[in-house]
Amino acid sequence: MKADVGAPLAPSGLGQLLRLPAYGRKVGGAAEFVVIPALALAASLVLFGIFVALFGKNPLDLYFYMYQGAFGTWFSWQNTLTRAAPLILTALCTALPAQLGMVIIGGEGALLIGALSATGAALALESAPPLFVDLAMAAAGMVGGGLWIMLSGALRHYRGVNETISSLLLVYIALAILNYLVEGPMRDPTSLNKPSTREIGADNMIGSIPGLDVHWGFAFGIIAALLAYVLIYHTVFGFAARVAGGNIRAAKVVGLNVGKLILVICFLAGAAAGLAGMMEVAAVQGRTNANLAAGYGFAGILVAFLARQNPLAVIPVSILLGGIGASGGLLQRRLGLPDASVLVLEGVIFVMVLASDSLYGRFGFLRGKAA
Amino acid sequence: MADPGAIGYWTVPLAVLGGAIRVSTPFLFVSLGECITERSGRINLGLEGTLVMGAMSGYGVSYLTGSPWLGVLAAGATGAAMGALHAAICGLPRVNDIAVGIALMLFGTGLAFYLGKPLIEPTAARLPSIDFGWWSNVPQVRAALRINALFLIGVALAPVLVWALRTTRWGLIVRTAGESADAARAMGYSVNLIRLRATMLGGFLGGIGGSFLSLYYPGSWNEGLSSGQGITAVALVIFARWNPMLCLAASILFGGAAALGPALQSVGINQAYHLFNAAPYILTLLIMIATCSPKRTLVGAPAELSITR
Repeated sequence: MKADVGAPLAPSGLGQLLRLPAYGRKVGGAAEFVVIPALALAASLVLFGIFVALFGKNPLDLYFYMYQGAFGTWFSWQNTLTRAAPLILTALCTALPAQLGMVIIGGEGALLIGALSATGAALALESAPPLFVDLAMAAAGMVGGGLWIMLSGALRHYRGVNETISSLLLVYIALAILNYLVEGPMRDPTSLNKPSTREIGADNMIGSIPGLDVHWGFAFGIIAALLAYVLIYHTVFGFAARVAGGNIRAAKVVGLNVGKLILVICFLAGAAAGLAGMMEVAAVQGRTNANLAAGYGFAGILVAFLARQNPLAVIPVSILLGGIGASGGLLQRRLGLPDASVLVLEGVIFVMVLASDSLYGRFGFLRGKAA
Repeated sequence: MADPGAIGYWTVPLAVLGGAIRVSTPFLFVSLGECITERSGRINLGLEGTLVMGAMSGYGVSYLTGSPWLGVLAAGATGAAMGALHAAICGLPRVNDIAVGIALMLFGTGLAFYLGKPLIEPTAARLPSIDFGWWSNVPQVRAALRINALFLIGVALAPVLVWALRTTRWGLIVRTAGESADAARAMGYSVNLIRLRATMLGGFLGGIGGSFLSLYYPGSWNEGLSSGQGITAVALVIFARWNPMLCLAASILFGGAAALGPALQSVGINQAYHLFNAAPYILTLLIMIATCSPKRTLVGAPAELSITR
């Protein structure tokens, strides 16, 4: 702030380099969006290392096993990518509404509703050909999840209800509906210890990507993120959404239908999370039960913020966070850390990333503008 | 259908009444705390994490020292520390308080699960209760009127807060920061410092609300202890129009809604048990739909609050 007034600072070497043409400015601006989150991430890892050191564990062991568990072997890479798949989709559930300036944190609820709708569709179409069943599951999951988040958007637009709180309340309502259905009307009587729905059947399960032990959900996640990127940055609709997100009054003045933008974006956001739920059923669990509430929806919020709500950046960040999740098992076995250590690390990263928001524009040489 | 006992279906309203008093206590403390924080112009969505941290630390200290009241104090101190963290990060330029709240919600829950692992097995000393039902010989009545001292403290706190916010110098400063940060600055006060204190006080009360969960009802520490009470209480403050007395009324209403499921189960109605468990959330949502409006800001809303702008 203070540096902005007064005489321009003497340009440093790197600053001079980046300051020259408009191109340099663009690269400099982008560099800031990579360097600052990376610094926040590194600081979080150091803090987490200190934290486990307080419990008598060697931080170097921690980093080694985290790397091993996440990216060290081919097996751990596959585990990481499998976990990244739902994260990409649930992160879109936060990142898309963020373009409109809305903070939606109910991806977990849309995931659960999507899983339930998809399971319902599969169980209703048992005798149909598998491809048809899978398509119906995907459609049902996306519509279910989409309507769920669209409800938050509609409440915001028509009733002025805060979408952050309503979407989180809807998570708990979705969880109650899921528990009610899997223990009541949809319960498979043979599931004794863990109430579940009936299985969707091995024929209807979505397999792995050829050559990988990673299910197709990962590919669909990447496609969804690419589509979201094109929609937001390369279509008129996306441009309108970003205008409305920047200044809602300006958007109304130029005649944009803000209500339609909110409803459509929220539907797409929920559809992404609903697809994540459908994938978890069709590729991992094979049925719906309380296992689905594994926190992918909440980790997705962190991914979206770490990716600065950019649909393309969501992909690498999901892989990173998927890796942290994948290393949890190894940390438990080798270091005896509780399973919640992944949650602690995610929380630290989230806090550090938000705190690092205040650093933007502080480093003149990264921004490439005259200080 | 199970035999509902000698007093028949009167069990249900009695259990709802008793449940309302028991279940409302965490709602009450969290909403009073959030009320103070929001009156200073900042929203702390992290109280869900504060609640769980309070529950864990309160249980741990009670287990180690044998004194549940020390546990309550420790829970409050933990909550205040979480509040200080929230306020410190929000005090940085260009940091969004809602996002920080979400982050602290995840961080607090994760940290509490991590540190609380060894506390799942042992039994800690629980808070005592006061028997207001001594005059009755119906066990259900006595159970309903066995009231915890924390609830009474919370009930007493609500009017005190109304008075403090309305008439004291401290209350005026907090309200000024909430209505116009510029005005507070012009008077020579540091807005960040005021909000830091208000958020710490809010966190203190939120932590105490958490200690009630682990030290009285349900009265043990486990990872499923809190299911959104913290966030429901934040919504409840909006419904209560930032008025501590209305927070008290709303908390009891919510406690009653949350007690409905278990009460019906006690007389053998358990088909829709899980749906009744969602009652407080559905109620919150319905109330927010009924009371919010897209056209005007809410009556009584602090003007600096990001959630109402």
